[in-house]
Amino acid sequence: MTQSPVIEASGLDLTFTTSDGPVHALKDVNLTITKGEFVSFIGPSGCGKTTFLRCIAALERPTGGSLTVNGMTADQARRARAYGYVFQAAGLYPWRTIAGNVKLPLEIMGFSKADQEERVRKVLELVELSGFGNKFPWQLSGGMQQRASIARALAFDADILLMDEPFGALDEIVRDRLNEELLSLWARTGKTICFVTHSIPEAVYLSTKIVVMSPRPGRITDIIDSPLPRERPLDIRDSREFIEIAHRVREGLRAGHQDD
Amino acid sequence: MIIPTHPMWLAGAVAVWLALWTANVTLAQSRGRAARIAMPILFGAALLVLWEGIVRAYQVSPVILPPPSTIAQTFAASLPMLWADFVQTVIKGALSGFVIGVAAAFVVAIVIDRSPFLQKGLLPIGNFVAALPIVGLAPILVMWFGFDWHSKAAVVVVMVFFPVLINLVAGLKASERMQRDLMATWGASYWQSLFKLRLPAAMPFFFNGLKIASTLALIGAIVAEFFGSPIVGLGFRISAEIGRLGLDIVWAEIVVAALAGSVLYGAIALTERWVTFWHPSQRR
Amino acid sequence: MSRALPILTVLAAILAIWYAATIWMNATWVFDQAERNGQTVTWAEVIPQTMTQDRPLLPPPHQVAANLWQGIAGQAITSKRSLVYHAFVTFRGTMAGFGLGILLGVGLAMAIVRYRVMDGSVMPWAIISQTIPIVALAPMILTLSNSVGIDGKEVPKAIISAYLSFFPVFVSMIKGLRSPDQMQLDLLKTYGAGEGATFFKLRLPASLPYFFASLKVAVAAALIGTIVGELPSGAIEGLGARMLIGSQFGEPLIMWAALFAAAILAGLLIVAVGLVERLANRRMGGVA
Repeated sequence: MTQSPVIEASGLDLTFTTSDGPVHALKDVNLTITKGEFVSFIGPSGCGKTTFLRCIAALERPTGGSLTVNGMTADQARRARAYGYVFQAAGLYPWRTIAGNVKLPLEIMGFSKADQEERVRKVLELVELSGFGNKFPWQLSGGMQQRASIARALAFDADILLMDEPFGALDEIVRDRLNEELLSLWARTGKTICFVTHSIPEAVYLSTKIVVMSPRPGRITDIIDSPLPRERPLDIRDSREFIEIAHRVREGLRAGHQDD
Repeated sequence: MIIPTHPMWLAGAVAVWLALWTANVTLAQSRGRAARIAMPILFGAALLVLWEGIVRAYQVSPVILPPPSTIAQTFAASLPMLWADFVQTVIKGALSGFVIGVAAAFVVAIVIDRSPFLQKGLLPIGNFVAALPIVGLAPILVMWFGFDWHSKAAVVVVMVFFPVLINLVAGLKASERMQRDLMATWGASYWQSLFKLRLPAAMPFFFNGLKIASTLALIGAIVAEFFGSPIVGLGFRISAEIGRLGLDIVWAEIVVAALAGSVLYGAIALTERWVTFWHPSQRR
Repeated sequence: MSRALPILTVLAAILAIWYAATIWMNATWVFDQAERNGQTVTWAEVIPQTMTQDRPLLPPPHQVAANLWQGIAGQAITSKRSLVYHAFVTFRGTMAGFGLGILLGVGLAMAIVRYRVMDGSVMPWAIISQTIPIVALAPMILTLSNSVGIDGKEVPKAIISAYLSFFPVFVSMIKGLRSPDQMQLDLLKTYGAGEGATFFKLRLPASLPYFFASLKVAVAAALIGTIVGELPSGAIEGLGARMLIGSQFGEPLIMWAALFAAAILAGLLIVAVGLVERLANRRMGGVA
């Protein structure tokens, strides 16, 4: 599938100057992500996976190299509302209802009232929260709040979804369910998804491409193109191919640790 | 000295006190809302009964300490005068100063919000000034603005400005980094972010400041009257009547001041509950 | 240095505005005087005259500073005109009120957390007490203490000061005494500890950081209470008394000097209490 590249990073560098000296958060990152891919970033703390995601979102400024999103600079893409961002915490406003929270980006971006209502309804249905629109965030469980946060990121039809360990704070049973739902959502909407995670099974289960990173300096140690089919039931996690890919990921992580 | 002239009053008062206290001990065990409201009322009533009993039992002179019954009578008989004092001090002095002070603090907080440099300079100074005995400015402001309620309002403005300012600035800083990042990903402008995220998130802090400000407002207005006032006003009446040994009127004015303070504070607390309904402290 | 720069800039701006306001406000008097003498004055002549008036509407910073210095260093410490003497009187009252306020605040908080009947009956009144302007009660407290036979104004001043300073300590102690979480309380229960033991071994130590954190607000409140106590009493000693005298005799310079002396006293008290807080924090393992 030769698709157009949606995100292209070339020789990307990011060095933070701290009081303890410079921190190389990202060093010489080269990566191309094409439309419709599901890319996971996995690695230990400090490997730069979140930093890279934030660079794509124009929340951090790289100190070297180049990065384009949809053919524009990251900041232009941000202002063109090219992506939806999902944080580890749901981050819903407690003074707004769920529907109100999902509406928030739509209000800021200037969608018409009727348009807002329609989008909220559609997107809540997508994450299976229909009927919870009038509830307040503190009345919902952690998993439901995170679903609402995903709905909010989908509401304005951005083609790219950037997710930073969105299920990290949830228990495993809820996590499994949300993983399944995320995959089905991806299948239905065809978005390009960049997903940061700590969990090897999650990375292998969800992605078409796995980027293994390691710290000090933050860099890519391996890029694995997953041979698994796009349609995957949860038991694929017991299959031989799955275990092989997971093994390769683990090897990549270990290799990054050699310098410790 | 210890043996009262009319021992029955003392005995009766103590008996009522014990009875009410026992009732409260029992009520303390229950968890209902009725119990929670009844307990302080019973305690207050018991105090009043004790007060009445002691004054009557020891035949305390009314120019030293009048009993609650006399105070209630004087209160009922002096309503027009009490009302005039109330309007002068609370409505004209305290309330107008409160509104102006809070509005000014609000504007300044938003103006310096855009300049971290100004914030770093103003906040330590603001914190310091808020701790100062600003009441000391009262005589100077009376000298500038004259004897009428304008000087009282001015004192209140100065006293109220700093606590509200530092609370509001703290509140505006309170939105988490993640929330502000999220706003950035939606391409929100400064004003959108201010009105949709940072101001609502600052409301708990703002109301905290308002509550402090409400108590300061009354203190400021009354103190200012000690330094000069037309012949009306709570502070004026209290200092005048103290000199004339009209203690029952003084107590009646104290009751007015207490009522005014409680109503003001209560109104703010109620508004707070409505505006910040979402805050964990409001959701029992 | 970078922390001091914004503060210094703002201070400089305040001084500049102050000078400008001085000129603007005091100029009216100068013009009036000149008119009365049938003279005309230029601005160049007016400005220096606004800085050296005897009874200015707004004394310029250097005049206030000069007066302040006069009151502090220019008088014998025991003289009735010495600001140091008056500051000491106010300081004495503040310490008395502060101490009393701490006792009241801690004692009441302990009783309320320990006994449910106190919590229900007294707690609402403690909160309502702060909505009653102490200023309204101050003259009453003074008169009452006089009639009961207590000499002088120190005791009623201390009571008024304690009224304001007990509340921050009280609120913080309640928060601190109730701060241990369920997990900690359950652990003590598994050791068979009763309410009393839990109180002394867990709640009280847990409340110490909160206690020390409240002291700065409490001492500032105690100072305000003392000055408020000096005002209605026709007192002749203490910084509040100086402000009153300045106001009654139409001597603004006295008022301003007393105000700044009070500000300096407040600053010193807050710094001193802040030091105590930091020492206490260090001894308790640096936990905020």
